[in-house]
Amino acid sequence: MPVRLAPTASPYPEAVNARGRPPVALVVSAGGAIGAAARYGAALLWPTPAGGFPWTVFLVNATGCALLGVLMVLLTETRATPHPLLRPFLGTGFCGGFTTFSTYALDTQRLLSTGHTARGLLYFGGTLVTALAAVWAGTAAARSLVRDRTEAG
Amino acid sequence: MNWLFVVAGAAVGAPLRWYADLVAKARFGPDFPWGTLAVNVSGSLVLGLVTGLASAHAQLLLGTGLCGALTTYSTFSHETLKLYEDGAKARAVLYVLVSLAAGLGAAWLGATAA
Repeated sequence: MPVRLAPTASPYPEAVNARGRPPVALVVSAGGAIGAAARYGAALLWPTPAGGFPWTVFLVNATGCALLGVLMVLLTETRATPHPLLRPFLGTGFCGGFTTFSTYALDTQRLLSTGHTARGLLYFGGTLVTALAAVWAGTAAARSLVRDRTEAG
Repeated sequence: MNWLFVVAGAAVGAPLRWYADLVAKARFGPDFPWGTLAVNVSGSLVLGLVTGLASAHAQLLLGTGLCGALTTYSTFSHETLKLYEDGAKARAVLYVLVSLAAGLGAAWLGATAA
């Protein structure tokens, strides 16, 4: 028997009912398009030379993780009841579309297969550690802010 | 004009990811992020394949837009943190290891086949 954990907050909105789906899919689509456009803009502003450390995607992913950490606390761990479409728009949509796993995997593969082994491994592991630290830091910062405001209020 | 290709691809990729999570949770329950794992691995495979396409516009549409928005690092990190906070530490480690190994392997496969 698999152990059942209590469902916890996830960037994905719990699916509601069939009628609720089209607007959620639409705001996820819109948020994702804006996030991807922002990522593309960053790549145009700061292009990575072939064989170089992919700093732009690295920073995009780190920033998106920190932002999602903050967002999820503000949207799911306060007594406020935010608009139900905010989480799919900002979390699933924007942060999900802004950050990318596929480019990370492919850039790592390219570095490793073109002889930049050390840089490839550094990028592979460095992104993971930074992303996890960023989502943790964002979550912790937002929680302390929420707690302070709750105590003050 | 290039922006339109990115936006159009992402406008499809992001809701596909949302839908994959929905279907995976309905089928396998909320204990493990199967949906995000599936889109991250399949998106890495497709992105590898897309590198073989000659058209720059197709790469923007399918690569930067579709695969970029279909896959996610933020949700992956957040789900890992949540598994860990909920006490499912082994599952969190497993999720990270499988995502990284399968994602890199899929990108490799796609780029080699392209």
